[in-house]
Amino acid sequence: MTSDIAAILAIDGIATGAVYALVAIGTVLIFTVTRVIFIPFGDIAAFTALTLAALDAKRFPGTGALVVVLACLATLIEIISLVRNGDARLLPRALLFYLVLPLVVVGIAWFTMRMDPPLAVRLVLALMLITPIAPLLDRIVFRPIADGTVLLLLTVSVALHFALVGLGLLFFGPEGVRTEPLTSFSTEFAGVLISGQTMLIVLAALVFSGLLYLFFDFTLVGKSLRATAVNRTGSRLMGIRPARAGTIAYLLGSLMAGVSGILIAPVNTVFYDSGFLIGLKAFVGAIVGGMTSYPGAAIGAVGVGILESFASFQSSALKDVIVFSLLIPILIWRSLASLHSEEEIEE
Amino acid sequence: MSEMFSMTDVTVCYDNVEAVRNVSLSVDEGQIVTVIGPNGAGKTTLLMAAIGLLGSRGRMAFRGSDLGKMSVEDRVERRLCLVPEKRELFSDMSVADNLLLGSYSLRDRSGVRKTLDEVYDRFPRLRERQRQAAGTLSGGERQMLALGRALMAKPALLMLDEPSLGLAPLIVREIFRTIASLRDLGVSILLVEQNARAALETADYGYVLETGEIVQSGPAKDLIHDPRLITAYLGGH
Repeated sequence: MTSDIAAILAIDGIATGAVYALVAIGTVLIFTVTRVIFIPFGDIAAFTALTLAALDAKRFPGTGALVVVLACLATLIEIISLVRNGDARLLPRALLFYLVLPLVVVGIAWFTMRMDPPLAVRLVLALMLITPIAPLLDRIVFRPIADGTVLLLLTVSVALHFALVGLGLLFFGPEGVRTEPLTSFSTEFAGVLISGQTMLIVLAALVFSGLLYLFFDFTLVGKSLRATAVNRTGSRLMGIRPARAGTIAYLLGSLMAGVSGILIAPVNTVFYDSGFLIGLKAFVGAIVGGMTSYPGAAIGAVGVGILESFASFQSSALKDVIVFSLLIPILIWRSLASLHSEEEIEE
Repeated sequence: MSEMFSMTDVTVCYDNVEAVRNVSLSVDEGQIVTVIGPNGAGKTTLLMAAIGLLGSRGRMAFRGSDLGKMSVEDRVERRLCLVPEKRELFSDMSVADNLLLGSYSLRDRSGVRKTLDEVYDRFPRLRERQRQAAGTLSGGERQMLALGRALMAKPALLMLDEPSLGLAPLIVREIFRTIASLRDLGVSILLVEQNARAALETADYGYVLETGEIVQSGPAKDLIHDPRLITAYLGGH
């Protein structure tokens, strides 16, 4: 391997890693706030790519129907649970959040689509359509078992991923898609050609991570999410509702996954089931950060991207094996490094 | 004085074991009420049920409204506030952020800055350490932060669970002085303590809880001279 090839592979790896980083950060966000390891984030990313591709082809994406079905289900479950608890006064609010808002989003997308919108608007529409999915799934699937063990939540999360793959096939069909590049710009740096798309991916990852950092450090809502992650009982005693914090976390996480889907769509062909590998590799990255550290998750994800890039050069068939084998030493290292965790939890 | 908070025949169970049995007590507006009793009597359980972290049977009312099925968060929005025994601070976050989060339940946020200054004036140590992570504070400072954080919510009824636990005598005195001074702010207090003498010296009214049941109650100044209590809890003379 010459240094030129190594440089190309490294740049390629950083770009892939940046995409994983967005999903990994979303995974950490959801886990710390709700204790759910949300495996379907990769699916959310893939669905965003499929949604954008449909919008590009002037077809209304299957995401619309998916959101409508999920909104109806979530509303029904919320109504039943409110009536059962004798909280009927909260019904209008439930209808607004679980039914009206998602339907308004689908409606806006449907109307805007008829006007043949430019790419920038299509990107916004794709993100708008995708963001309600995870919060609705949270209401339908995770809220009833919110107090379960992490293992139960993980098992359900894996099952949910398989259900989503099935739904993906139903709503998007079996064809793979590749969207048009967001930019045709490219530049040469130290003899290596860097495409605009690569730069855009890295830039988007940096911007979104930066925004998330600002949100956590400078807004009360951001701080309330951190508080829920640090100490659930303590945050409840401040009046912070874990369910609401969870919904905000799912919305933000979906946005991150959606952006990564948009970024990856022009580079890779995306199928209805492509999300699994994206999600799993992001998960490996998140584990490097111990599932709690955002910078750790981002660094881990970029590391996974670079490793994958070099692995695919050495042996394309074995690249995933090489990446996932990385988990074993990482898990050993984490289990040795986290011997002090019990002391840390204690006040 | 009008009644602010009341528990009537409240029973709390862990699985099938009754940790608290048919407890009735009340707190009037502006009053400091203490529940004393030995370790394991069910004092913490009682407060956990009062804030809604534990389910209970019986009736609980606050300013005329039934707390019944109300969630913890709804109770906090009605300005019931618990400083738990474990403090439950956000240890990775700064002192300032902890205090700010104390005000989370306030809809009107215009006075938050002023309340923060008042808390800092009350506990100057917290102002000095406002950028420090809560987890790095000493035991006394943590208790100050927990109290300060609760005050940020402008509580109507402040419930304190063993505020003196694990603290040096000098700091215990300071904490109790602070508690007594909260009366001037119009805050009512339900204080659960093992340090019976300090609690009764601060409180207006006291209840004695033993193995989950109230066995005695009365004005604090009477209880402090009660021969049985002196032998059992006040280090008999």
